[in-house]
Amino acid sequence: MAETRYTKDHEYIRIEGDTGTVGITDYAQQQLGDVVFVELPQVGKTIGKGAEAAVVESVKAASEVYAPVGGEVVEVNSELEGAPATVNEDPKGRGWFLKLRVTDASELQGLMTEDQYNDFVANL
Amino acid sequence: MLNRQGRPTGTGEAATSGAGTFTGNRALLQEEALLFETGRLDATGVDIDEPAPFVSRLGGLERKTPLALPGLSEPEAMRHYVRLSQKNYGIDTGLFPLGSCTMKHNPRLNEKMARLPGIGDIHPLQPVSTVQGALALMEMLGHWLTTLTGMAAVALSPKAGAHGELCGMMAIKAAIAARGEAAQRTVVVVPDSAHGTNPATAALIGFTVRAVPAREDGTVDPEAVKAVLGPDVAAIMLTNPNTCGLFERDVVAIADAVHAAGAYFYCDGANFNAIVDKARPGDLGVDAMHINLHKTFSTPHGGGGPGAGPVVLSDRLAAFAPVPFVRRSGDGLALVEVDGDGEAAQSFGRMTAFHGQMGMFVRAMSYMLSHGSDGLRQASEDAVLNANYVRAGLADLMSQPFGDKPCMHEALFDDTWLKGTGVTTLDFAKAMIDEGYHPMTVYFPLVAHGAMLVEPTESESKASLDLFVATLRDLALAVKAGDTERFTAAPRLAPRRRLDETKAARSPVLRWTPPEPIRDAAE
Amino acid sequence: MRYLPLTDTERADMLARIGVGSIDALFVDIPEKHRLADLVDLPRRKTELEVERAIGRMAAANVSAGSVPFFVGAGAYKHHVPASVDHLIQRSEFLTSYTPYQPEIAQGTLQYLFEFQTQVAALTGMEVANASMYDGSTGCGEAVLMAHRVTRRRKAVLSGGLHPHYADVVRTLSAMAGDDVVALEPDVSAAEDLIQAIDGTVSCVVVQTPDVFGNLRDLRAVADACHANGALLIAVFTEAVSLGLVEPPGAMGADIVVGEGQSIGNALSFGGPYVGLFATRSKYVRQMPGRLCGETVDADGNRGFVLTLSTREQHIRRDKATSNICTNSGLCSLAFTIHMSLLGQAGLTRLARVNHANAVRLADMLDGVPGVTVLNWVFFNEFTVRLPRPAADVVEDLARRGILGGVPVSRLLPGAGLDDLLLVASTEVNTDEDRAALVAGLREVL
Repeated sequence: MAETRYTKDHEYIRIEGDTGTVGITDYAQQQLGDVVFVELPQVGKTIGKGAEAAVVESVKAASEVYAPVGGEVVEVNSELEGAPATVNEDPKGRGWFLKLRVTDASELQGLMTEDQYNDFVANL
Repeated sequence: MLNRQGRPTGTGEAATSGAGTFTGNRALLQEEALLFETGRLDATGVDIDEPAPFVSRLGGLERKTPLALPGLSEPEAMRHYVRLSQKNYGIDTGLFPLGSCTMKHNPRLNEKMARLPGIGDIHPLQPVSTVQGALALMEMLGHWLTTLTGMAAVALSPKAGAHGELCGMMAIKAAIAARGEAAQRTVVVVPDSAHGTNPATAALIGFTVRAVPAREDGTVDPEAVKAVLGPDVAAIMLTNPNTCGLFERDVVAIADAVHAAGAYFYCDGANFNAIVDKARPGDLGVDAMHINLHKTFSTPHGGGGPGAGPVVLSDRLAAFAPVPFVRRSGDGLALVEVDGDGEAAQSFGRMTAFHGQMGMFVRAMSYMLSHGSDGLRQASEDAVLNANYVRAGLADLMSQPFGDKPCMHEALFDDTWLKGTGVTTLDFAKAMIDEGYHPMTVYFPLVAHGAMLVEPTESESKASLDLFVATLRDLALAVKAGDTERFTAAPRLAPRRRLDETKAARSPVLRWTPPEPIRDAAE
Repeated sequence: MRYLPLTDTERADMLARIGVGSIDALFVDIPEKHRLADLVDLPRRKTELEVERAIGRMAAANVSAGSVPFFVGAGAYKHHVPASVDHLIQRSEFLTSYTPYQPEIAQGTLQYLFEFQTQVAALTGMEVANASMYDGSTGCGEAVLMAHRVTRRRKAVLSGGLHPHYADVVRTLSAMAGDDVVALEPDVSAAEDLIQAIDGTVSCVVVQTPDVFGNLRDLRAVADACHANGALLIAVFTEAVSLGLVEPPGAMGADIVVGEGQSIGNALSFGGPYVGLFATRSKYVRQMPGRLCGETVDADGNRGFVLTLSTREQHIRRDKATSNICTNSGLCSLAFTIHMSLLGQAGLTRLARVNHANAVRLADMLDGVPGVTVLNWVFFNEFTVRLPRPAADVVEDLARRGILGGVPVSRLLPGAGLDDLLLVASTEVNTDEDRAALVAGLREVL
C-alpha cells in the first residue's frame, strides 16, 4: 500500500515497499512557475537524508530538491529532460523526479503526513 | 529549499495589437530581419583584392567546411545596425535609473581620447620604450585610484567588476596561504544582500560561503558578523554602500572584528560612486576593493561590457597583487610581467593576457581629470542628492522596506504597497517603459520583497527628476485606482511586447539556422 | 562642472524638499571621523581642452602601429577596420545601453548578440556559442573549468604551443581552485607528444592553433585520444582571421573552442578591451559560462530575443553558478559582428588569403637575410625566426630605426632559453615597403 510523506521543503516521497518515489508538491510547482529544466542524479548514486538529489529550474530561479530520506537512486524520470513542463502539469503523477531504495525506513518518522502538510502550506 | 527569487516570465495579459501596416513598420520604428535573411553569400562590404599568386603554407589544413556566412554591402550594413540601435534604450535616450548599475552620462571626450592613435593603435607587446606614455597613463590612473581610496596598491588588469572580485579574493587566498593557514581558513562570510557575484567568486576558488543576515534596518550587524567569525574564516565580502543603497554605518566595527579574527575585509566597490572624495575605504579597514570603472568613472556600459575592474589593496595584501604592474625604472617606466621573483616574488600570478583594459583606463582618466577632486566630490554629492530627491518625492505612495530615512546614491522600494492590487513589481516596471523610461532594477536586492532599486545618478537635471517623479506618482495612483490593465498589458508601445522567456528556456534556439528548403538547395 | 546639471539654487531647493539642512546630513552614516573635510590631494577640474592636452601628451609619447612598419602579433593583431564599424558602435543606443535585462527595449542588443552567436558558431565549426567573454585568455581559463564540470575530473593538460599568458591564466585559476595542470614544454616545432599525456584522469587537453609560434596544428589525432579517454579537447586560437582560411577546430573534433576575437572589428588598444569567443557542442550548453541570447516570441506572437538559460549564472545560482562572470564584452562583440557582416564569407576568405600571402612572402624574404632562420613553415600569418643574437636587443635596435619588428619570445617566456627567437606577424596592413624596411633593418642591426 502506497503512503506519501512530505518535507518542509515541499518534496514528497511515496513509499511502496522499500522504494520511495520523490518529487515536488503542487504548491512547490506553483511557487516556482514554469519549470524549464530538471537536473537528475545518476542511477546508482547513494544520497543521504536531506542531501541534494536534483535541481529544478524555472526561468528565473533554480532550486535544489533534497532527498526526504536516505537511499540509493534506482530510477530517474528521464522523460522530464524533454518535457520539463510535466512537473507543472502533473507533479505527483508523471512529474516525479526519482526513485530511491530507502536505506532506513525510520527516517520517514519525522516527515509530515498529507494532512499535516496541507495544514503547513495553509499557514505559509 | 524552495527558492522564491522567481518572477513572472510569461508574456502577460496582452490583447494582440499588430501595427496594422503592410510592412509591420510603425513610421520611424522599422522591423529588421536577421542579417542571415538579407545577406548573400557572395556579397561583401569590404573591398579586398586577391593576393598575387603564392605558394600556400597551410600544410593541408585549408578550410573544407563551408563557412556559410552571408555578407552585407556598406549601405545595407549601416541600415541594419542603425535600425537595430533604434530598438535600444540608452542613457542618451532618457533617464536610466537602473539601481546598482550607475547609468551616468558617458562623456564623448572620453571616446575621443580612447581613439587617439597613441592609445587605440598601440600593441601590448611593443617594446616598452615605445609605450612610455601608455605606462604613464596607467601609473597616473593607479595614483588617482589609490589616493581616492586611501589604499596602498592597485592591480589594474582585472577586466570587469566580477574579475576584480576574483583578483581581490585570490590576493586574500594567497596571503592566507603565505601565513600557512590555507587548509584552515576556507570560509568566506557573505551577507544575504550581496551581489550574486560575491558567493560565485568565493566558490570559484574553493571557498565555502557562510551567509550572514541583514538586520531590520537593512545593514549588517557587527554582532551577527562576530557570531559567524572563527578560525576557519578567510574573509568577509561586504558591499559598501550596500545593495539597499545604505552606508554600512558599523563598517569600522565589522572591519575590526574581521581583523581580530585573523580574516580579511573584501569590499565590493560597486557603489563607490556614492562616496568618492567623501570617505576613503582604506580608512574604514578595507583590505581589497574592486572599482567598476564603468560605473563610478563613466566608461560606457556598451550593452553589457566591456567593463574594467581595477582592485585597490591594503599594504597587507599589496605583495600578492597579480602581474603585470607598472614600476619606475631609472628615468622611465617598466612593466613587471612575470611573477615568481623580484618585486613579484609573492604575486599570485596572472589573471589575463596583456595588461588590462587600456581603452577603459583612458576613458576613466579623462573623466577624472575633467572632474578633478572638486568635481568628483560634487558628483558624489549630486548622486546622493538626486536619489534622495526621488525618494522624498515618492515616499508617501510607495513603500520603503527599511523605513523612511535618507539613502545614499540609490533609493530602495519594495512591493508592500502593491499587495492586493493585482499589479506586480514587474508590471509596474513594464508600464514605465510605455512612459518612456528604462525601468529601475527590479527583484534585486533579494532582501526586499519585489524590490525596486532606483539610481538616478548625478547626470539628471532637476527638471528631469521632477518629470520622473511626477510620472511614477501618476503610475502609482493608477495602481491604487485599480487601472491594472495599464500595467499587466504593458509595454504596449515598445518595439516588442513582453517576451516569452519560458519558451526560450524550454527549447533554446541559440543561433539562426537556414529554413529547410534553402538548406537543401545549398547541398 | 560641465557634466553636472544641477545649479546651486536647485541643490538648495532639493535639500529643502528632502527636509535636510545640508548635503552632509545625507552622509551621516559615514563615521564622522572618517568623513573627509578637505578634498583629497588631487588636481582640480580641467576644461575639455586641458584634458585633451594632458592625455594627448601621453598618447604622443607612444609609437602607434599605423605609423611604422609593424610586425607585432603574439595574441593581438593589427588589422584594418572599416570606418563604418567605429561609427556604428558609437551610436548612443548601443554605446550607452546596459545588459539587456528589459528585452522589450533592448532588441537591438539582443538581435546582434543572436547574430554574433551564429557567426561565432559558424566560424569555429561548433553548434553553440555564447555572447562573448572578456577576452581569449580568460575564456581559456573558463573553458578549463567547464571541462572539469563536464568530466568531473580536475586535471588539465596544456600544449607547449599555448600562448604563455593563456597558460598562466589557467595556472593561476587552477592553483587557486586546487586543480591539477600539466603544462608541456614550450614547443617551437609542434613536435610535442600530447597523446602520451592523456589518460583516464585528464579532464581536458588545451591546444592552440595557430599556436603561439605560428604553427598550424592538425587536431584530429589529439581529439580522438581525448575522446577515447573521456577527456575534452579545448581548441584555442588568438587570430580569428585564420578561421577564414583554415579548417575550423569544430571540424577537427574539438569539444570547446575558445579564442580571441580582437582581430575582427577591434583596435589593438594596448591589450584591451578585447572580446573572447566561446563555442561548444549543444550537449554541453548548460555547463557553458557566460551570457546566452535565445529566440522567442512576444505577446503579439512576433519574433524577439531574450537572455536565456540564465539559471547557470551568478545572479541566480550564486555560489553554484557556472562562473562568476557578469558582463560579456558587449560593444567589442558588436564591433566584431559588424565587421564580420561587412566581410561576409567572401570578404573574410579574401582577407585571410591576403594575410597568409603576406606572411609567406615575408618568411621567404627573411629566410634570405644572413643570420636569420625561419623555424616553421606551416603557418597562417605569423611564424618564428631564429636570430644570431638576443631577439629583445634586435627588437630595440629596430625600434630605434622606426620599425616594430615582432615579439621576442623572451618577453613571453623569460628564462626558457629561447632568447634568440622572434615571433613575426604580417597582416593585410603590411606593404612591400614595410617588408623591405624590415629586411633592410635586420641586415643593418644583425
